[in-house]
Amino acid sequence: MLVAILFWAFSAVLVGAALGVILARNAVHSVLFLVLCFFNAAVLWLLIEAEFLAIVLVLVYVGAVMVLFLFVVMMLDVDIEALREGFARNAPLGALIALIVVVELAYVLWVRRLGVELPGETAPLAQGASNTAEIGAVLYTQYAYPFQLAAMVLLIAIVAAISLTMRRRPGLKAQDVSRQVSVDPAERVRLVSMPPEREP
Amino acid sequence: MIGLAHYLLLAGVLFAIAVAGIFINRRNVILLLMCIELMLLAVNFNFVAFSRFLGILDGQVFVFFILTVAAAEAAIGLAILVVLFRQRRSINVEDLDAMKG
Repeated sequence: MLVAILFWAFSAVLVGAALGVILARNAVHSVLFLVLCFFNAAVLWLLIEAEFLAIVLVLVYVGAVMVLFLFVVMMLDVDIEALREGFARNAPLGALIALIVVVELAYVLWVRRLGVELPGETAPLAQGASNTAEIGAVLYTQYAYPFQLAAMVLLIAIVAAISLTMRRRPGLKAQDVSRQVSVDPAERVRLVSMPPEREP
Repeated sequence: MIGLAHYLLLAGVLFAIAVAGIFINRRNVILLLMCIELMLLAVNFNFVAFSRFLGILDGQVFVFFILTVAAAEAAIGLAILVVLFRQRRSINVEDLDAMKG
């Protein structure tokens, strides 16, 4: 019973926050609503005992990706009003399409029952098993190669993001260390033999 | 009692809101990226719910990988966005018609 109350409360906040993301006037507010969405999703995942992913969602997703979003939104000086032009014109179409998607999904779920029996309770965990330990046991054995590939994807993303956003300003006075190190003394110092000055 | 169908429908509603958001905010690239994040969250919801209710662990491992790829996608997308804003002083989708035939 308590689980049901918590589910309905948090899913109501989740849907409200999702609506806030798409309807907020200010882009910063949108990002903050999205953070609220992720927090509520994490709580709902906790309710069905997927603790590891719930914590990962909060720590990694809210802690890193959403903060990145927030930085970018705050850094760019965007004219919001120009971007919201056509908002009211497109709103009915968007609402209609959302309604169609929801009705179709509800039809498939409740009328067609997906062709299978939908379980009403979560699968029981093994005695004394923790969600994190179970995922770890699979992740480092059966999924070891995909795990390495995921690491490579992140590495490539880091390199790509840095190389995209790094820029060299033309007038900037900076030292080029490799040129400094590889300089040849003969280019810099010229020893000239001069005749000594005459005695006065 | 809360069953699998409730979680699936919640994910469906979330996905539909994100689709509507793409239609409504079709000029603002940042909001489009955020709607894609919302869609990915809805998909992850389905994976986690199926994984827990059917007792198969692979769904949660998949969510782990989806989160990884989504983080990479967000990083590169935002980097492109920053470069774009430096070049054009605008993030309006309708200004980005340089490749139009």
